[in-house]
Amino acid sequence: MKSAAALGRSQVRAASRIDWLSTLITYSLCGLGSFLMLLPLFWLVRSSVMTLDQIFRFPPEWIPAPFAWQNYPEALTTVPFLLYLKNTVFILVQTVLGTLITATLAAYGFSRLRWPGRDLIFNILLTTLMLPYAITLIPTFLLWAHLGLVNTTWPLVLPRWCGGGIFYIFLLRQFFRTIPRELDEAAILDGANPLQVLWHVVVPLSRPALITVAIFSALGAWNDFLGPLMYLNESSKYTLALGLAEFTGLYSSQWHLLMAASTVVIIPVVLLFFFAQRYFIEGIALTGTKG
Amino acid sequence: MHHTAPYEQRLARTKTKFLVSRERREMIWGLTCVAPALAGFLFWQVGPILGSLVIAFTDWTVANTPHWIGLSNFQRMLFADPLFYKSLSVTGIYAATGVFLNLSFALALALLLSQKIFGLTFFRTIFYLPSTVPAIASSVLWLWLFNPEFGLFNSILTGLGLPKQQWIYDENSVLASLILMNLWSVGPLMVIFLAGLQTIPKYLYDAVAVDGGNAWHKFRFVTLPLLTPTILFNLILSIIDTFQVFTQPYVMTQGGPNNASLLYVLYLYRKAFQEYDMGYASALAWVLFLIIALISFVVLQTSRRWVFYVGGSE
Repeated sequence: MKSAAALGRSQVRAASRIDWLSTLITYSLCGLGSFLMLLPLFWLVRSSVMTLDQIFRFPPEWIPAPFAWQNYPEALTTVPFLLYLKNTVFILVQTVLGTLITATLAAYGFSRLRWPGRDLIFNILLTTLMLPYAITLIPTFLLWAHLGLVNTTWPLVLPRWCGGGIFYIFLLRQFFRTIPRELDEAAILDGANPLQVLWHVVVPLSRPALITVAIFSALGAWNDFLGPLMYLNESSKYTLALGLAEFTGLYSSQWHLLMAASTVVIIPVVLLFFFAQRYFIEGIALTGTKG
Repeated sequence: MHHTAPYEQRLARTKTKFLVSRERREMIWGLTCVAPALAGFLFWQVGPILGSLVIAFTDWTVANTPHWIGLSNFQRMLFADPLFYKSLSVTGIYAATGVFLNLSFALALALLLSQKIFGLTFFRTIFYLPSTVPAIASSVLWLWLFNPEFGLFNSILTGLGLPKQQWIYDENSVLASLILMNLWSVGPLMVIFLAGLQTIPKYLYDAVAVDGGNAWHKFRFVTLPLLTPTILFNLILSIIDTFQVFTQPYVMTQGGPNNASLLYVLYLYRKAFQEYDMGYASALAWVLFLIIALISFVVLQTSRRWVFYVGGSE
């Protein structure tokens, strides 16, 4: 009996040592991973507050001394970044509003209203999710060119007011289907029309999904490069992404300014991520588990 | 009793009428709600798909009137365009290596985060953070990191007493450099893996432990098989993504040096929007579609043998 208890104790001790060891390894790996992931961002910010002279020094300075904050105003005035920001925000606001309104309507029509052929049509819509964007790129461009609307924001904005993207409709539809139907029926008995049901019943209950869609579509507009590259030719209409690419081409060795400009483009996205992390993670997890 | 019958009949009639009109009303509402999305679908999906299919068989260069030239574009691609083969092989290597490494790295990070440790959300935030960086900004940043003279990577190599590398400026290392860069933003794949890991019931691990299994056994016989549906999903997702990468090669290498990073969509973009060879570029797009569709089809077919669904096959 006694020896068995001692054996048990030593086993427990061995097990806890293994636990302790594996925790240590896990933390070390997490630490190493974090270091590697953050290193490029650290290098970005570090280089953005150095003079060109400091940047080209060897061995490299890890922490610049002194900080060259003047890079920021210089980078932001060398090209009209404020104008680019204004252009980007215009497209972004239209994108988010258009997507929220029309994707919500579509998801509602595809999930809670009954009409013949509904699910068939939705499934046809879904199949195009798998289609490479390269297929539609050229004819879409030719269509806009034919309408004379290249070099305007119409090609970037109007599609967002037409459903916003099948992915968002899919995401919202999945969410709407989890809301009990009885709530709709109750509202209809009270004399509400479908639009009122959507506004007073479905939308308030779908806040998280709607916020996720708003965030993803805002990010899409902010980060989009190919769209503005194809459709906006005039420098005065550029978005930030396009402006940064232009900047890179013009000042290819002014690394301090390039890093300052990149930092400015990245900061809003990073802030959004920190404040709305839950929606990022849940939205992406949703695509994986329900796709 | 006698005179209630007509009343009930009338009631039934009005009820059906009411129901019919309610159904119709619901249909009208439904169609109204989906109308903008359907219009968008027709204008920016169906229309362009059909258009692209037609244009691929013409010699349209925007400036001329298009002629129907049958399979000429495809013949030219197969027999008279060495750059097509170059971009195909570059993209194939990039996609195969990139998809494999992305999935492995994302899975490793997800497994790390699925350990019950303090500060999980903190590390998850950090691992995910780089993938929020806009592609254009990360391209500019990595251009600087790869800088042969003053970049971070060569500074580290020099500090360690190792020889400097040319990274994206050497045709032998440019693809590897771009693949390395891509590993930085595996956040979404990692999050999907994490979600998959959370659906695995804990009692299965307990069962392995009771049978005397160690961590490797738990991974090999519980985690991996139960994660196969998630792996399949991520696999398809990354295949579609990596085959269509554009911003990084466009901004960082313009396909060089010596076309060593001429990724497929970059080549297509060049043909369409720099040489205005719309017919040929559309043909290129359809070939890309066929390749992606074929690979996805093969993956899905073989998945029956390696994807494990709890509660039988689905």
